[in-house]
Amino acid sequence: MLEGALAFGFAALGLALALNLWRLLKGPCVANRILALDTMVINAIGLIVLAGIAGGSGTSFEAALLLATVGFVGTVAYAKFMLRGDIIE
Amino acid sequence: MSGAVSFAEILASALIVVGGGFALVGSWGLVRLPSLMERLHGPTKATTLGLGAMLVASVVWFQLALDTWTTHELLISVFLFVTAPISANMIAKVQLHRLRQREPGAEPGPAGMPAPPPGRTDWATHEAPHLGTPGDFEGDEPTELVGKEKEVAGTEPLPCR
Repeated sequence: MLEGALAFGFAALGLALALNLWRLLKGPCVANRILALDTMVINAIGLIVLAGIAGGSGTSFEAALLLATVGFVGTVAYAKFMLRGDIIE
Repeated sequence: MSGAVSFAEILASALIVVGGGFALVGSWGLVRLPSLMERLHGPTKATTLGLGAMLVASVVWFQLALDTWTTHELLISVFLFVTAPISANMIAKVQLHRLRQREPGAEPGPAGMPAPPPGRTDWATHEAPHLGTPGDFEGDEPTELVGKEKEVAGTEPLPCR
């Protein structure tokens, strides 16, 4: 039962990543691309969490936490650059 | 004991299915919705509900089935619940800033085009961008912005950056 749910979760997250990639390539502006990249990071965290459940090991959650941190910093840095032309003023 | 394990399996499976469904619907909304301010709704719900459900499924599975207590997942979900509104707010600020600067290619949502910022202040940034940076006024006076708007309206719309 858990295997079926995990297969559904992997398929849904893979399809979600493909949709995000379409939005990332299509644009049509910088803000849309920032949003698409942010969503891709969220879906990648979901994939890592599901892989941790499937593998039965707790070591992959450090990777998920690191990816959450780096994704947030990257999104805010890009948005700040678009707003101000500079990241740290 | 097998009853507890099967209960944990049912609960974890249901949470994983709910989380994957929310993530898929959020990304579908990112593709489907017409303007950026509407597109912001989908992924933020996917973050809070979809990833939250998957992280709770992980906690449930490791606690009830494998008897190992892990708090990493709760840490991740707390971090995401704090940071997701901040990043969404920053992206909305970028879009509002681009609309108010009348940048070419910035498409307004259903709320229409916002008014230009009065003087050197802008609600999105609290201060006009400095000279020489992207999106600056090319001068201190707001009349420069009016001229820029006319110039943009008169010419062919440029592809956005």
